[in-house]
Amino acid sequence: MSWRYLVPLALFLVLAGFLGFGLNLNPREVPSPLIDKPAPAFRAKLLADPAKTIAKEDLAGKAWILNVWASWCAPCREEHPLWVAYARQSPVPIYGLNYKDQTKAGQAWLQQLGNPYAESLTDPDGRIGIDYGVYGVPETFVIDRAGVIRYKHIGPITADVLRDKIDPLVKRLNASV
Amino acid sequence: MIPELGHLLLYFALGAALLQAVLPLIGAHRERRDWMLLARPLSWAQGALVLAAFVALSASFVRNDFSVLYVASNSNSGLPLFYRLAAVWGGHEGSLLLWVLMLSVWTVAVARFSHKLPLTFAARILGVMGLVSVGFLLFMLLTSNPFDRLLPAAADGRDLNPLLQDPGMVIHPPMLYMGYVGFSVAFAFAIAALLGGNLDAAWARWTRPWTTAAWVFLTFGIGLGSWWAYNELGWGGWWFWDPVENASFMPWLAGTALIHSLAVSEKRGGFKVWTVWLAIMAFSLSLLGTFLVRSGVLSSVHAFATDPKRGLFILAFLVITIGGSLLLFAWRAPKVGLGQRFGLLSRESLLLVNNMMLAVATGAVLLGTLYPLFLDALGMGKISVGPPYFDTVFGLLMAPLVLVMGIGPLTRWKHDEGGPLARRLALPLVAAVIAALIVGFAAGRISLVTTGGLTMAFWIVFSLLVDLKPRLLPAGGSAGQILHRARLIPVAMWGMMLAHFGVAAFSFGVAMVKTYETEKDVKMGPGDSTEVAGYVFKMNGFQEVQGPNYVAMQGQLEVSRDGQTIAVLRPQKRIYRVQQNPMTEAGVHSNAWRDLYVSMGEQLPGGDWVVRLQYKPFITWIWGGCLLMMAGGVLAIADRRYRVRSGATVSRAAGVEAAA
Repeated sequence: MSWRYLVPLALFLVLAGFLGFGLNLNPREVPSPLIDKPAPAFRAKLLADPAKTIAKEDLAGKAWILNVWASWCAPCREEHPLWVAYARQSPVPIYGLNYKDQTKAGQAWLQQLGNPYAESLTDPDGRIGIDYGVYGVPETFVIDRAGVIRYKHIGPITADVLRDKIDPLVKRLNASV
Repeated sequence: MIPELGHLLLYFALGAALLQAVLPLIGAHRERRDWMLLARPLSWAQGALVLAAFVALSASFVRNDFSVLYVASNSNSGLPLFYRLAAVWGGHEGSLLLWVLMLSVWTVAVARFSHKLPLTFAARILGVMGLVSVGFLLFMLLTSNPFDRLLPAAADGRDLNPLLQDPGMVIHPPMLYMGYVGFSVAFAFAIAALLGGNLDAAWARWTRPWTTAAWVFLTFGIGLGSWWAYNELGWGGWWFWDPVENASFMPWLAGTALIHSLAVSEKRGGFKVWTVWLAIMAFSLSLLGTFLVRSGVLSSVHAFATDPKRGLFILAFLVITIGGSLLLFAWRAPKVGLGQRFGLLSRESLLLVNNMMLAVATGAVLLGTLYPLFLDALGMGKISVGPPYFDTVFGLLMAPLVLVMGIGPLTRWKHDEGGPLARRLALPLVAAVIAALIVGFAAGRISLVTTGGLTMAFWIVFSLLVDLKPRLLPAGGSAGQILHRARLIPVAMWGMMLAHFGVAAFSFGVAMVKTYETEKDVKMGPGDSTEVAGYVFKMNGFQEVQGPNYVAMQGQLEVSRDGQTIAVLRPQKRIYRVQQNPMTEAGVHSNAWRDLYVSMGEQLPGGDWVVRLQYKPFITWIWGGCLLMMAGGVLAIADRRYRVRSGATVSRAAGVEAAA
């Protein structure tokens, strides 16, 4: 047996090692550069009443959750019941960001599926979404009382994520003065 | 009842596959003729059992049996029958069953058409294919049973992924799998050659059409996927270097190298180690692709819902299959021998360059695909490797490959003289550069990259013509005999030329699109019009269209040039009812010179739409090139030489100088 002929096998075993390691990694988990940075400022119309607006400063002083959703988004429909249930026990308000949606469609969606949001902000042209680095809907941010983003979740949340990550975090943020 | 029956049939198939793997291999080792003779009937039995299981799953789809979990997850009562049948391979479990079915189709074909081979060799090939089948059947039965019940049954199914509801998408996976799995024949051949410690030119000859057939299917599958993405995804791109696209492209590159290496093994008895290694690589990369798609290791638009248990199983399977083959390779390849010597300038040496460039290109694609994983695993951060890396590296690697592609067919086997060859090739090289510059000039812009790409395309064509001319019209020959002389050229050689013309057409299309395409994203309401590349697009209006299981907003655009109406395009934005996913259906007007491509972006408040308008010169040449390559492959398979001569005469072929 000549050692030269063992090179492909050796390379393959290294590759297999990486692949095995890769099984335990999640390629979709992209750390957001916004974590621990101040949440971008905004002023947005309310979905429920477009005559009123709300700005980031109005929410300061209390931790809050920002959930990006849209009526055209199927995974949002999937995670929505979790939010509706969580809203009843959440220690902090949940704000929705109705992303690239039509006001009527958004309102009808909430009417049909339940409204877990303290308020939903509208972002018809996706400008706020760009500031927040939204690249898939739904996305969820946890923002502390100083207005700093502490956590971000991309894609629909699961009961596990809500229970193990978001809920402990907002409780902690809410408790610390 | 039917699902349970299907499940049971899979167990029987596993039993048959086990016997098909073990008995002939042991029989070949111990020279037990009776055991080796069992290989064929067992292959037939396994094939029939897998087919029956596949029919059972299809029946559950046809009957809308939503008590089967897989059916409930991938079908819906509103889905047309055609797509319900296609939904059989619309998810992980069913596509795995399709994989196994394809494998048994190839196995049965080998069992049927291997009578010219020595029994020991045929028995080993079928045995190895049986082993592969055992692995996949076990994978299915242990982690991914398509017949699992859902109790209580769902009222209706979650529907087939709208992305897959397209005729192109219906045949894309089967073609791709035919290609992937088809390389298992060459793989089994290589393992059998290693086990026997001998790689005879006759056996190489026997493998060639099988490998080419698998390659043709793979080419078709990849080309179709690209064409589909272009029409359905609405971006107007045709290749994205997505990990899963790469996973199909790597076996294609290795398979292309294998086809050329096999030519040397057959004609000259050379490149034996290369041939065996490439055969192992082509199939290993197919398996790796399966792993990447189904394990969730890389994120991709193609990824199936993932389950770590599955990933671990395939990884173990990969380690056993590929690791085992490479170990066998290390142990036995030195025995197979290197084969005949050849001169520095000879067709062999140019084909060696071809093999190396294709192997390096495969490595570059593999590296780019897995690089994010490597970095992530080493804790060096998350990155993604995109088209700029692949385009640059791959383009640079293709240049020397195309250069030798022009020289190789004109070079003699074993040894050739540099002087006369250079004199013959000087003219096509100069002509290719000039032609490329003329095209650039006519298109209004000359760039280095385009000129390079176009030169490659023209170089292939002109050098082939230089090769063809003395064959069709030798000095002193009359023009009237061209047809007669054309018939004297072996069919396989026409196949080679056609495939190389395909590469030329492909390169031409890519160079033209990359450089001269234009696109424009505009807001359009009824009555608005805009101009792209000399074409005026006028939006007539929007209307809602009802499909069988979707609603679509359809725009109607009138395209005109110099006041003449050329086409009316109807791009759609569809919402599929069950999954509520938006899908883009581009409006395309195509001819041989250019595509006009319109896709609907997003609706703006107020009712207008963002519409993307694109002008794509010569883009159809890309897929036309793929079709030519496939046609070349089909011609090569059709060559009578593969069928007429039998065992006795073939063994001499190694020493015979042949034209192709």
